[in-house]
Amino acid sequence: MKFFGFAAGAAATLTLLSTTSAFAVTQISWWHAMTGANAEVVDKISKDFNASQSDYELVPVFKGTYPETLNAGIAAFRAGQAPDILQVFDVGTGVMMAAEGAIKPVAEVMTGAGMTFDKSQYLPGIVGYYSKPDGTMLSFPYNSSSPILYYNKDIFQKAGLDVNNPPKTWNEVWEAAKKIKTSGAASCGYTSTWLTWIHLENFAAWNDVSWATQQNGLAGGDVELKINAPIFVNHFQALADLAKDGTFKYGGRTSEAKQIFLAGECGIFTESSGGFGDIVKSGMNYGIGQLPYDSDAKGAPQNTTPGGASLWVFGAKSDEQYKGVAAFFAYLSKTDVQEYLHQKSGYLPVTLAAYEATKKSGFYDKNPGRETPILQMTGKAPTDNSKGVRLPNLPQVRDIQNEELEKMLAGQQTAQQALDNAVTRGNAAIKEALEN
Amino acid sequence: MAPQLAITLVFFYWPAGQALYQSMLRQDPFGLRTRFVWFANFRKVLADPAYLNSIQVTVVFSLATAIVAMVVALLLAVMAEKAVRGKGLYRTLLIWPYAVAPAIAGMLWLFLFNPSIGSLAYVLRSLGIAWDPLLNGTHAMILLVSAAAWKQISYNFLFFVAGLQAVPKTLIEAAAMDGAGETKRFWTIVFPLLAPTTFFLLVVNTVYALFDTFGIVHAVTGGGPGKATETLVYKVYNDGFVNLILGDSAAQSVILMAIVIALTAIQFRYVERKVHYG
Repeated sequence: MKFFGFAAGAAATLTLLSTTSAFAVTQISWWHAMTGANAEVVDKISKDFNASQSDYELVPVFKGTYPETLNAGIAAFRAGQAPDILQVFDVGTGVMMAAEGAIKPVAEVMTGAGMTFDKSQYLPGIVGYYSKPDGTMLSFPYNSSSPILYYNKDIFQKAGLDVNNPPKTWNEVWEAAKKIKTSGAASCGYTSTWLTWIHLENFAAWNDVSWATQQNGLAGGDVELKINAPIFVNHFQALADLAKDGTFKYGGRTSEAKQIFLAGECGIFTESSGGFGDIVKSGMNYGIGQLPYDSDAKGAPQNTTPGGASLWVFGAKSDEQYKGVAAFFAYLSKTDVQEYLHQKSGYLPVTLAAYEATKKSGFYDKNPGRETPILQMTGKAPTDNSKGVRLPNLPQVRDIQNEELEKMLAGQQTAQQALDNAVTRGNAAIKEALEN
Repeated sequence: MAPQLAITLVFFYWPAGQALYQSMLRQDPFGLRTRFVWFANFRKVLADPAYLNSIQVTVVFSLATAIVAMVVALLLAVMAEKAVRGKGLYRTLLIWPYAVAPAIAGMLWLFLFNPSIGSLAYVLRSLGIAWDPLLNGTHAMILLVSAAAWKQISYNFLFFVAGLQAVPKTLIEAAAMDGAGETKRFWTIVFPLLAPTTFFLLVVNTVYALFDTFGIVHAVTGGGPGKATETLVYKVYNDGFVNLILGDSAAQSVILMAIVIALTAIQFRYVERKVHYG
């Protein structure tokens, strides 16, 4: 593959450049995918870490979008030039886990450097997602987010809806959306980013229904999708019906719908808590609510699953480098560092201490809604349905789901057909990926 | 060894050989487990309905793009030739879009036709057309073809202008004296004499539409909605770099290589013979 060759070559040059300037200090390379305000956070944390000690120098390198960063890391590994730390998005977790020979579990990195790694100090929902079935922590959760509901208070007012009472269930969302549309308060009632992540993966967890067998793939082995169960079909048929007259408006497969909401076209919006910054910046009179749940689900609301990304450590590095990585992760776990990360970026704090400290500082009183994603994720102890989803080829399975849902929203097939197709095609793809 | 031979070896035969080898492997993304499977990847790819759909999409897209880009460019070139004043200005303005990178061209069109914020989408909607390239495959294809053709029009225009200037004025004047009208003169004299240019542009435009439009597809539709705009090249990228199925992706790129070789051979053997080089 010539592309891989090129990327690997570029990676090799980069490593060469960064190692030539090393003297006594050990350099630790960190490839990441953060942009804008989140990139500033990466730079500040790196600078502060380097200033806090003199043995290691952390070198953050921006490698593009999440998929690009993952590809760059894989290409560099194949060329024998892997970075020490690679930021991998949630969807790539299964890919990394399947590559046991390529990575070193974070738990081993920490204990190898003589540090104790106390899992109980971290938010359980997040730590569980990045651990092996036997509980070994594999990667370090750097930025975690959770889907929540945003609504435009001005549009709510115009439509005669209760401004201080956002819809709690999906049925309430549909009703409110219809009211927004028919009253003429806005041209569309509801829109959403990431249908696969919010309406399938988190929908399943939040309503405590199965997304796939084998604990949604976390237990490994032969995994079969369960997303054509009646509760999903009813949910998507409602969505498809609303799409017909534009009460629900589709924006795209990832976060494109944010533009629609920010333009004031739709009154209600579901999106990651990580998208908070842009909504604040737009100056909109917004409100925040919990992710809606299905009123037919017995266990709802259960808990949501983490999105975002974690930091993976590559194998076959020197002890000195692993010590540096461990020192950095220890630094990253400090309460003040986590507090800064949480408050500046909108991502969740990963330690309980940082959460408590933020709460005590009165941050949530001044910024109502910022606590919602944490409460959603930690409100209840996770069940087999709500620890997250994991597949060796989740990006591909999400693609398949998106294609079928798009055909459904275009009116070419019913929700039942779309989800049946998504299950059949998804299962075939999973089976094939497991054979490799 | 001659330097050009060394360059061909390093930059063509080596990667092509690598692709061929990779296309017979099944491998996890990290290259930790590798199996040699002979032609299993090819069998799988060719039996995949998604791949057959992708071939169809590519044919529609390439033909539409090449035809639109060439017809519009020829029309503009003939018009520009007729201009009495400001010929140079017209030409310069028409050549500009060629300097725009494919991805940027894609973004420009995406903004113009974005269902929520696009100004042209607004016009379409006020005309009563339910414009929605996000869910309507035909709309998405129209958008892609427009963006891809728009970018190529300047290039074609440049060549057609040069070709038109090479048509002897005496021939046209003689025909005019014999009483041939403007349309008649164009189709019987100018167009046949432009044949070498048209043939050359046909090759260039087809190759452009087939292989150089990745940036536009990536920026405008990402292959969606459904798989309505997933061209062969985009599928190679998507399967290899997003889905990390390297064997399938390599097999597809080998098939693409075969298509290029076959296309070039056919064009030069059969089409070129019919071209009159004057």
